[in-house]
Amino acid sequence: MRESIRDAEHLFRLVLLFAAGLLLFLLVRALLVPVGFGELGHFRSGAIDDNRGRPLRYAGRAACAECHDDAASELAAGRHARIGCESCHGPLAAHAADPDAAAAMLPEATPLCVRCHEANLARPAGHPQVEPREHADGSACADCHRPHLPAV
Amino acid sequence: MTVDRRRFLADATKYLLLTGAAAEAWPFVAEGRPAAAPGYDMARHWWAMFIDIEACIGCGLCVDACKRENDVPPEAHFSRTWVERYYIAPRDVAHPEAEDRPVVDSPDGGRHGFPEIHRAGAGAKSFFVPKLCNHCAHSPCVQVCPVGATFESPDGVVLVDKDWCLGCRYCVQACPYGCRYIDPRTNTVDKCTLCYHRITRGLTTACCEVCPTEARRLGDLKNPDDPIHELLRAHKVQVLKPNMATGAKVYYAGLDASVR
Repeated sequence: MRESIRDAEHLFRLVLLFAAGLLLFLLVRALLVPVGFGELGHFRSGAIDDNRGRPLRYAGRAACAECHDDAASELAAGRHARIGCESCHGPLAAHAADPDAAAAMLPEATPLCVRCHEANLARPAGHPQVEPREHADGSACADCHRPHLPAV
Repeated sequence: MTVDRRRFLADATKYLLLTGAAAEAWPFVAEGRPAAAPGYDMARHWWAMFIDIEACIGCGLCVDACKRENDVPPEAHFSRTWVERYYIAPRDVAHPEAEDRPVVDSPDGGRHGFPEIHRAGAGAKSFFVPKLCNHCAHSPCVQVCPVGATFESPDGVVLVDKDWCLGCRYCVQACPYGCRYIDPRTNTVDKCTLCYHRITRGLTTACCEVCPTEARRLGDLKNPDDPIHELLRAHKVQVLKPNMATGAKVYYAGLDASVR
């Protein structure tokens, strides 16, 4: 019996050592594991909000139509109806947020037309394509076609 | 409140083009306070994309829009999305058993379009394949991350925690689709977020917004009214590398067997 008490002293030290180790582990863990880690899975849940927090560059066609309903309804009537405003006019979220602070630009038409309508073997056969040099004879596309209502 | 013609048209367009919730959120987005918009519930969405290869004209507007929207470095090898052109030469009738060997190119990721390099010849086949992160439901890149810096969000988007990423590049190697790169400015990994900042505000992705032929369309598989259900039903669709069982959620209509 006496000998077991002597053993208990050794055990007590051992337990103390383990307790100190556990404390150190918990301390280091609290310092290293970020807030929100493990809430939704094996990741920091705040990262979702970080990804959400980016500013917009493209406002979306609905925002354009809020003010430019004339252009939007013209576009909707023709074969370019499915094309978003910013496909040609570029990213305009800043302009949509404050029209005075950021002016919209008028793009140069011909390079944009050619980008989609120059003949290319890889393009779907049903897509309207031309050889610009033969088709236009040097004149600009906008001389004959209006980008919003492209039919001649 | 009086409703004049201009206001009626604006509201009608807004509600037609956006979903109801998005239309409600739009004023807050326009004011630059998107976080104040009515809540976005991750549990009620499961994002996917539908890509119609037969509709892609290789204009590259999606690549350009992605770079601008997400502030992606200009070089082609830093691309969250890119477009590949496949060219398959006419079959050699003397050796019909030979495999198709497609010639694939993607000049500048397709950002400035594709100058014609192949002459139309009898029997040749060519088409464009837009590529992006497949937002796998069982993503290999997530599985290899040693620190939990990349993850599948509850609404089905594979995202990166840029504050927590070590830049160890395991995920870059693990992605079977080559969709990840190391951002040279931060030395952390970067990839398509499916425009998470846009889709959670009721907008579509930048690439889908500018696609002139609707070859790309964002879809929410948890929304029963989303047109993606009809698209997936009406087309024969395939995902890339289905044999890898990644649970890819970018569905391709008209995908050729030669596409890797």
